Amino acid sequence: MTIITRRKLITSAAIGAGGLLSGCDALNRSAAFQDVLASAETANFAVQRALGDRMELASEYSIADLSPTFRANGSRDPGTADYTNSAAQGFADWPLRLTGLFRKPQQFSLAALQSMPQRTQITRHDCVEGWSAIGQWTGVPLKILLDLAELQDSARFLVFHCADRLGGRPYYESIDLLDGFHPQTILAHRLNGAPLPVANGAPLRLRVERQLGYKHAKYVTGVEAVASLAGIGEGKGGYWQDVAGYEWYAGI
Amino acid sequence: MPEHPIIPVQARHHLTTRFWHWFNAICLLVLLMSGLTIFNAHPRLYWGEYGANNDYAWMAVGSSDRMGYLGFGEMRIETTGVLGNWQDSEGKTQKWAFPGWATIPSSYSLADGRRWHFFFAWIFSVGLTLFMIRSLWNRHIQKDLHMRKEEWRPSHIWRSLRDHSKIATIRQSSAKQYNVIQKLSYVGVIFILLPLMIWTGLAMSPAMDANWPLLTDLFGGRQSARSVHFITAFLLVLFFLVHIVMVLLSGPIRQTMAMITGGREMGAGQ
Repeated sequence: MTIITRRKLITSAAIGAGGLLSGCDALNRSAAFQDVLASAETANFAVQRALGDRMELASEYSIADLSPTFRANGSRDPGTADYTNSAAQGFADWPLRLTGLFRKPQQFSLAALQSMPQRTQITRHDCVEGWSAIGQWTGVPLKILLDLAELQDSARFLVFHCADRLGGRPYYESIDLLDGFHPQTILAHRLNGAPLPVANGAPLRLRVERQLGYKHAKYVTGVEAVASLAGIGEGKGGYWQDVAGYEWYAGI
Repeated sequence: MPEHPIIPVQARHHLTTRFWHWFNAICLLVLLMSGLTIFNAHPRLYWGEYGANNDYAWMAVGSSDRMGYLGFGEMRIETTGVLGNWQDSEGKTQKWAFPGWATIPSSYSLADGRRWHFFFAWIFSVGLTLFMIRSLWNRHIQKDLHMRKEEWRPSHIWRSLRDHSKIATIRQSSAKQYNVIQKLSYVGVIFILLPLMIWTGLAMSPAMDANWPLLTDLFGGRQSARSVHFITAFLLVLFFLVHIVMVLLSGPIRQTMAMITGGREMGAGQ
């Protein structure tokens, strides 16, 4: 019988730990294993949607709860000539185009959006990185625009096209119709009582309060109704999903 | 007839306990290491609902040009080589908070870290729930972990604590029954720390905040829940270290085999 000494035991534990780490990296590179891991995200989506009444509101706060500074992340300025010109005009000519599977595709100016019924909400913005900031947002509920443009029956997702590019690719995001019609889902043009700053997505930014920050597309120029996300970008439903493997559903 | 007949005796550890012990050990290790990847995305901790780079962090890992540091409020402890500034396996300097040997995957990917974390969080939570139900059913909790009235006496707890400082008494532990320190540790881990990891984890989810706003409020806000999640994780690491020391002092082979095969209760002289 082999006599196992304490030293041997500790050495083999250390080798085991090293093996575990390289083993994890090997598993991490395996597409099949990634699919197994991703099944948990499917479960998150199903369970989180099943727990509420599906139209449950995210927590809202008071003015006293506001973050002293609202951190900006991702693109801080699209920086294109078109964008800079539009910014100089106070975004008066900013177009929001509703395209794709709408019965009445149409375009709204920023002024037209501002003259519609507005919603103001003080909510907590949760970044996938872990930080949070509380801000007051004012904008037009997306539902009003969807009702005006009338979705076709085959529409399943809403894709948000943006004026900013990251690493040379246009930023985009998408949500399903449940979030599209949610009362807190707005296209915001004001933050903390002032026009939305450029760093935070001027002049229009999506707020989809029950999901993480990367879903909240900035510099929105268009809403496209689609039956499937397959034809958009690389087909995963958003810039970060295509580029870095983040989940399309960002409820956790 | 053999001189010393082998009499089958009851196993020291139930099959469920043994299986869960190792299953749980793997889950917690992966959760810790993938959790450190997630922490690296924003290595700052706050109290309250909000917290970002411009807000006061009670704890942060950071780096300047040549050094890494661990900060508590205004205080900074240099951690170059371990936290905030370390060399990867190719000798390149990295400035992520926790080093590659402590994270899954070993090179930073928040998306992958989250995938590992949530998958293992699910199987860990299901495993813990099943273990709790099974341990009530097979009376493991009532028989082995239940604190008897006299065990709550401070003098009793103090005596047991003193016994743990003597190697001789640790070695003699027959583990026919757990002493009060063991009971308090196991109950504390199974019924307080592990569930706390799940609840604080869920409290950070914006969708859960809409579904169950009370959960986030219970911990005093999302950033507080994140801080408690992190502190509890390190209390579990502390438990693990003490647990390993106790196993090493009390007979590592015997204890480890018992947690694999079940072990046999030994009488005196055997």
